Amino acid sequence: MKQLFYGGVHPAEHKELSEHKPIRPLNKAPAEVVIPMSMHIGAPCKPVVAKGDTVMVGQVIGETAGLGAPIHASVSGTVKAVEPRPGTGGTPTMSVVIENDFQNTLHPDCKPRENVDALTPQEIIDIIRDAGCTGMGGAGFPTHVKISSAVGKADTIIINGAECEPYITADHRLMLEHGEKIIGGVRFIMKALQLDHAYIGIENNKMDAVAHLRELLGDAKDVTVKDLRTRYPQGAEKQLIQAITGREVPPGKLPADVGCCVFNAATTAAIYDAVANGLPLFQRVITITGGAVNDPVNLIAPLGTPFSHLIEEAGGFKGTPARVIAGGPMMGFAQYDMSVTMGKASNCILVLSKDEMPKTDPNPTCIRCARCVNVCPMHLTPVFMNMYGKQRRWSEVEELRIMDCMECGCCQFICPARIPLVQQFRTAKFAIRQAAAKK
Amino acid sequence: MDELKLSVASSPHASHPVGTQSLMRDVLIALIPAMAMGIYVFGFRALIQTIVSVIFCEIFEWGYCKLMHKPIPCKDLSAAITGVLLVFVCPVTLPYWTIIIGDFFAIVIVKQLFGGLGTNFLNPALAGRAFLMLSYPVPMTTWALPGQANWAPLGMSVGQDYIDAFTGATPLSIDYMKNAEDALNLTASQFSLGDMFIGNIGGTVGEVSAIALLIGGIYLICRGVIRPRIPVAYIATVAVLTLIFSRSGGHFDFVWMLREIFAGGLFLGAFFMATDYVTSPNTPKGEIIFGIGAGLLVVFIRYFGGYPEGVCYSILVMNILVWLIDKATMPARFGVTKEMRQAEKEAAKAAKKAAKEGSEA
Repeated sequence: MKQLFYGGVHPAEHKELSEHKPIRPLNKAPAEVVIPMSMHIGAPCKPVVAKGDTVMVGQVIGETAGLGAPIHASVSGTVKAVEPRPGTGGTPTMSVVIENDFQNTLHPDCKPRENVDALTPQEIIDIIRDAGCTGMGGAGFPTHVKISSAVGKADTIIINGAECEPYITADHRLMLEHGEKIIGGVRFIMKALQLDHAYIGIENNKMDAVAHLRELLGDAKDVTVKDLRTRYPQGAEKQLIQAITGREVPPGKLPADVGCCVFNAATTAAIYDAVANGLPLFQRVITITGGAVNDPVNLIAPLGTPFSHLIEEAGGFKGTPARVIAGGPMMGFAQYDMSVTMGKASNCILVLSKDEMPKTDPNPTCIRCARCVNVCPMHLTPVFMNMYGKQRRWSEVEELRIMDCMECGCCQFICPARIPLVQQFRTAKFAIRQAAAKK
Repeated sequence: MDELKLSVASSPHASHPVGTQSLMRDVLIALIPAMAMGIYVFGFRALIQTIVSVIFCEIFEWGYCKLMHKPIPCKDLSAAITGVLLVFVCPVTLPYWTIIIGDFFAIVIVKQLFGGLGTNFLNPALAGRAFLMLSYPVPMTTWALPGQANWAPLGMSVGQDYIDAFTGATPLSIDYMKNAEDALNLTASQFSLGDMFIGNIGGTVGEVSAIALLIGGIYLICRGVIRPRIPVAYIATVAVLTLIFSRSGGHFDFVWMLREIFAGGLFLGAFFMATDYVTSPNTPKGEIIFGIGAGLLVVFIRYFGGYPEGVCYSILVMNILVWLIDKATMPARFGVTKEMRQAEKEAAKAAKKAAKEGSEA
């Protein structure tokens, strides 16, 4: 168990808040769900239902034409509206609003599949596409596109169970309680990619999950569970590939170009549900945690459940919350509106209390300590990027390879001067992209 | 939930507990053992000197920023470190007013005129010392001898009598004045290797005790305040060179090597000055080059220069090269393998050739 990727940081984990809480369904189903039509990378889905339609759980409500994956109803009931609603990204997103009839009527197509062993690779890929599987770790890349573009190119399958962000325990609990789904899902992926081996990478702060999966595997040699050193950003695709295979993904290239194909643990379980149980992706495990909720929990919740409802499920706010974040503390998005809803990639709602807030400085002064250079997993020099960026010298910033930056936040986390580096790099990238578009 | 007041900001929403001020505080803590040895060896005056220097450094910093309507940075303690380090590189016999002039040069001229914290290109304390050395060479090289005698003239201002009564030479200045063989015998009789390690020798306030500086340095490395690359490269270079080319006659003389690395404030420079964030390289490779370069300069100055010590100027010279070193040692791009770099180079060469031929034709 060596550390095999460069840099990184180890923020305080805070996983103890929710890591021993078993996944449970909602105590009270939401009265209405708002399902955004854009929960993946690529073109938003087109709603195929209209106001007044009756829908069942698992029924397709959004279809995609280009890069993307279909979206399914997560509760049964009546479509109340099809209109833009606030999204976790900060901009209004076209959404389907469903009023819950609390019947949970399952669509007749959603039934366990017989003869799963007889499925061909292409059939598996089609099932995954129809089930609307996308990457559930953050970026939301459509899974069927990932698989079909990697067929023949990839020689290594990696399941990402690193969950390197502090606070989040959704994947951890999933691996502990539904390990058989993970392993079943891996085997479907192996079949779809026509490979006979896969890795599951898990950080060593979740040794119980590692032990559980190894026990489930028994003597089977087709899947290797690797325990990795606890280090953020272990779960970043390129870093995980580097840690497990030693390969580095060249700039501008995809993991498939170095023969790797990485799937999130939650995605893997969703693939199992889709293939074996015939259930499309309409619910997921989400952690509601942080110092400013009364009862941190791991929930399995229908997509489109509003944040306010989920926070109520976690016992409501404890004291005055300072910040509500969709995702983890390192890469999550701060929210200002509690009516936003969870999507396919929402693994966590983090409610920070005042004490947990990051430190800031009204007059940040770089002391050139180079801690940022030593932690950057992409071998960048944030100290110089900041220096030129402050003067808006974008061409110099671009020469420093800012486009390789994945905004993991290690540099800003470690910065003793509390310089808002990531925000500045986002601004710089935006300006550089705009300049390039003009040309 | 309407009245919720939530703050929004760009990720990350977490920060490391260590801030600028706590880093600086750690450096000050790491200087305590050396300070204690300085007081023990040179008397109470060393402490008063340090306090005066720290106070004046903070006053100059505050005054300049007030005058220029800049935000007051005194909270970050960086001026206090400059104040302590400047005293550490001066003899205890130095009059207070001289120290204050040095403080002014270090803080106002070297640090603030170039933009303040983070933008000065020389280490302020060392630049202050270099300035004093050029302006007041005699008091700057009047070394007090170690011993209880230093405690006697407590409180009295430094008059000529005091200087005459208790001054002597440092190990390196003896080595420098005498020819090599005599020097070894003489220093051996005057200061033993053990004395040099503990700090029972003449010299500047902070440099005398190698062990105290080593403790401070290890503290800084353990706390993650400094990275070990610069001090290790620096001391190792001096050690290797002085071991191979020892001046005591024979080669591979370990005693000579140890004398050279314990003396002349090498540890003080290596752990506390060469590692100054602002004036050392930011890339991992650059740090090693910086350390080796400074180590070479120390030995060259001590062996061939017109001056017995080399630490101060070796670091100042390397400070000036930091920007170049950084440019030359940018980390390799993630995902670009050696073969890819090679191919890229060849492609660039071929393109150049083609362009040349094109223009010729």
